[in-house]
Amino acid sequence: MRLPLSALIGLVLTAGFFLMAIFAPWVAPYGMAEIVGDVWEPPSAAHLLGTDNIGRDLLSRMIYGGRTTIVIATLATVLSFSLGSFMGLTAAVIGGWVDQVMSRFVDLIMSIPTLIFALVVLSVMPVTLPVLILVMGLLDSTRVYRLSRAVAVDINVMDFVEAAKLRGEGRMWVIFREILPNALSPLVAEMGLRFIFAVLFLSTLSFLGLGVQPPASDWGGMVKENKDGIVFGIGAALWPAGAISALAISVNLVADWILNRTSDLKGGRGG
Amino acid sequence: MGPIFKLVAQRIALGLLLLLAVSVLIFVGTQILPGDVAQSILGQSATPQALANLREELGLNDPAHVRYFRWLGGILQGDLGTALSNGQEIGPQIARRLGNTLFLAFWAAVVAVPLAILLGLLAVRYRNRWPDKLISGITLASISLPEFFIGYVLIYFFAVKLRWFPSVATVYDSMSLLEKLNAIALPVAVLTLVVLAHMMRMTRAAILNVMQSAYIETAELKGLSAFNVISRHAFPNAISPIVNVVMINLAYLVVGVVVVEVIFVYPGMGQYLVDHVAKRDVPVVQATGLIFAGVYVGLNLVADIVAIVSNPRLRHPK
Amino acid sequence: MAEEPADTLLDIRNLRIEATVYPPGEKAHDIVIVDDVSLTLEKGRVLGLIGESGAGKSTIGLSAMGYGRGSIRLSGEVWLNGRDILKGGVRELRRLRGKEVTYVSQSAAASFNPAKRLMEQIVEAGLEHGVGTRKELEERAVRLFGELSLPDPETIGRRYPHQVSGGQLQRAMTVMALVPEPDLIIFDEPTTALDVTTQIDVLAAIKKAIRTTGVAAMYITHDLAVVAQVSDEIMVLRHGRKVERNTAENIISNPQEDYTRALVSVRSIEHEQKQPTASPVLTVRGISAAYGNKVQVLKDVSVEVHPGQTLAVVGESGSGKSTLARVITGLLPPSDGEIAFGERTLSRALEDRSKEDLRELQMIYQMADVAMNPRQTVGTIIGRPLEFYFGLRGKKKRARIQELLDEIEMGEGFIDRYPAELSGGQKQRVCIARALAAKPRLIICDEVTSALDPLVADGILKLLLRLQKAEDVAYLFITHDLATVKAIADSIAVMYQGSLVRYGPKNKVLAPPFDDYTDLLLSSVPEMEIGWLERVMANRKMESAGN
Repeated sequence: MRLPLSALIGLVLTAGFFLMAIFAPWVAPYGMAEIVGDVWEPPSAAHLLGTDNIGRDLLSRMIYGGRTTIVIATLATVLSFSLGSFMGLTAAVIGGWVDQVMSRFVDLIMSIPTLIFALVVLSVMPVTLPVLILVMGLLDSTRVYRLSRAVAVDINVMDFVEAAKLRGEGRMWVIFREILPNALSPLVAEMGLRFIFAVLFLSTLSFLGLGVQPPASDWGGMVKENKDGIVFGIGAALWPAGAISALAISVNLVADWILNRTSDLKGGRGG
Repeated sequence: MGPIFKLVAQRIALGLLLLLAVSVLIFVGTQILPGDVAQSILGQSATPQALANLREELGLNDPAHVRYFRWLGGILQGDLGTALSNGQEIGPQIARRLGNTLFLAFWAAVVAVPLAILLGLLAVRYRNRWPDKLISGITLASISLPEFFIGYVLIYFFAVKLRWFPSVATVYDSMSLLEKLNAIALPVAVLTLVVLAHMMRMTRAAILNVMQSAYIETAELKGLSAFNVISRHAFPNAISPIVNVVMINLAYLVVGVVVVEVIFVYPGMGQYLVDHVAKRDVPVVQATGLIFAGVYVGLNLVADIVAIVSNPRLRHPK
Repeated sequence: MAEEPADTLLDIRNLRIEATVYPPGEKAHDIVIVDDVSLTLEKGRVLGLIGESGAGKSTIGLSAMGYGRGSIRLSGEVWLNGRDILKGGVRELRRLRGKEVTYVSQSAAASFNPAKRLMEQIVEAGLEHGVGTRKELEERAVRLFGELSLPDPETIGRRYPHQVSGGQLQRAMTVMALVPEPDLIIFDEPTTALDVTTQIDVLAAIKKAIRTTGVAAMYITHDLAVVAQVSDEIMVLRHGRKVERNTAENIISNPQEDYTRALVSVRSIEHEQKQPTASPVLTVRGISAAYGNKVQVLKDVSVEVHPGQTLAVVGESGSGKSTLARVITGLLPPSDGEIAFGERTLSRALEDRSKEDLRELQMIYQMADVAMNPRQTVGTIIGRPLEFYFGLRGKKKRARIQELLDEIEMGEGFIDRYPAELSGGQKQRVCIARALAAKPRLIICDEVTSALDPLVADGILKLLLRLQKAEDVAYLFITHDLATVKAIADSIAVMYQGSLVRYGPKNKVLAPPFDDYTDLLLSSVPEMEIGWLERVMANRKMESAGN
């Protein structure tokens, strides 16, 4: 199997970001909350990216902030993904009123923009990490539900699934041996997209001041902390913002590759 | 016109029902807290007396459904309630800000929609060649960029370094249209970039879908000019999917406005909503949330209605 | 051109057609579709192009209009009315398309713009090229509507495509091709998507149109019997190359090449009819069924299948023949009636049937490529029933799989392949092996050969007959193709709109006197014989005059 250059870049960068998050305390030159210099010092040998709005080392903070971003986004993705795909597959295979009730409820949730709904809920909830993960994961599971249900419904009506049912196979065999192997690649690609969405969503919430609360900080929160420097020509806020973009693009490249590689499930068109 | 009228009426009725369900959901969304709103506003250290007073003031002693219908009844009569944080009527405050938000979204749409359709056409025209690849590459990148990254990069270069536009988008009534447009140039640019890629990609898919139809080949085999093939055969069938794309992205734009307003400190609905979420001002959050959701539902409704009206099978039944 | 004989209309020389393909996950690359094909066509003559899928016949047809679909590139020379149109440039091509050459596609339903009225589209080419005024063109169209026996010729043009039936649309598209009075019409499988009883009317209409207007035509199809009815000459293509070209009569009666001989003798399988036995393996009594609670699709159907024999269920689309299969398998519980398997009465619903019932009743599908899980190997696909019904594992299982592969004439080395690596015929063979693996007493075959090219289909039918003898298995064979029925059935059930109209042993069902529908159906099946179409149409005219 050949790996296209774009996918390779995506894989390497994604792996880099995750390694950095895991080994943050060993990689970071300074502590996260340690004040080591002046306010908004320019980049130097001691502080590769300079310092932030209260004189902490920006690079160290970026590494720790990345850890927060990646951990929360990963947990939210795991939640949204396992819940959404389980419910979606179940709805597709059982069908009938169970499917109807679940699908209409998901339609309803999705008729409200995710950010607006999250803001409404966060206006009364205490903003803690578990609450953030729960809100993000639950809201986003609606999208995973839709996709996995659609994919499974498509596969469920194919003749090979019917053949398995005629053979007398049980529901578990049908779901795990016939449907899941064929649904896996679109679902894995979707997992990448959900992760990106979780990263962007968390960053947006933190940027609006409604995500990760100080003194802890993620990349979105760091943009908020340093944004006032922009008007003075100090680009400190651009570093975390750029890091978010870089992470999202890398994962996107990988997801795009997985999606392209396996979009030929039903074979090419004859003619 | 019989069946089509019926379908449109059904769709509108469904839309209204959906809006009602949305209002329930937004109301319930603010009630799922383990304690109650009064507790969370005043914090753990509040005295029981203060809590009781606030509960009384907010009508929290009534059961939830009573409060819901009181809230909904008020909205239906144009009364959006009173803000907790400053005790002012919400309605008039929102009215001004809604105008500003729509002004911003309108100009973003004016720039983004034609540009996206044009670029989408270009991608189709040069399919699988470099302009198409470039466009899909940019799309991939731009859906990965958070609004504030684009926003601050633009501010950094165009407001701070080049000083072409202000970094803060302040508008007030006495400004002339041109002054206002200058003030919102950067936010409009950010919003455009945010929805452009998406809209372009969807337009491309919609047009490709039509252009690959057998009837387009028929038209080409009649010896029609490229212009006539597109204007007579592709266009009538492409309107509905493109309108659909535009509506979905306008809905997306309305949400994107929230973040962009915060970046540029623009006096609109999004800024208002975010401020009051932080202040835990539930009545304001409910009202603004409902309006945002209403616009979103409404735009999707328009897309569906256009699809129904432009379907020849429904317009000319057997 | 001096070298051109005066009456040559089209002269294709050394045509080569290439295309760039973009397979997902691979680099784009070029493939050759047609290589070094030359042909000529005189004014007013009809040339049939015949070949299997992938023979390149459609692309050759379109090359006469200088047109290539998608990334297709044409090279060589295409001389039309004395000029090489491949050298002429885009404007030149546009001038001849829709004026000198017109096109009738396989699916008129997709080829008409859904948003415009028929008449608007029919006169469009003529208007564009200044062939006549709108009034003149519309009058011509109305006259042609009448000639091609379309209903309400005066007003049918005001309808939208979706308001007209498939067979009528196909005729309307022929009218659209005729209105600009072209020199040449390309017919690209114009009747393939239609039921046989509709096909014959459209075929007669096309033939009449060609004869009365004197237009030349290129008629493209995979069905030799069809093309023999309308063509003066036939050219046989395979893998993008010419096999042979001759007059229609010579191709049918005196083919020179092996490949052509095989095409002509297709479906000439000899099969001796067996007599019904006392104890049928499957008895269907008074079955009615409906989808939802409204649409009744089966009305009081009773048939029997005898051990080791074949019952063919014949009918056109909408006859309920596939629904019958769904009812027997238990996928669609009947609203009324009873199904017995040997001595046992089967439960109506699939969930209530015993493993033994399921094992003894197997099914083979029309589309072999979606009937197999693309993520399982051939070994897994055939091995699963062995494991599931007989508990075979390991070496024993593998040995039995290989045995089954040998039975379907596929040797070593297929066991670890995936379905995507097999040809269409091989896929269908694996599906047969999967059904056989369960050692069933009855196999339901649902249109198992209709997606295959004729020669491949022939191979599958022969295999099925051989296996029937060896394994003593009964078939319930669902098909719309009467040639197949004649080849393999012992008894026949003819279905029409959900009811059984005729049922019995093959020799009785296929012998007169016929009921009206069976007569229509049988007489509509094209025969490999010049002049068949005229004979049938003349008979029908006489009968209707007699009534």
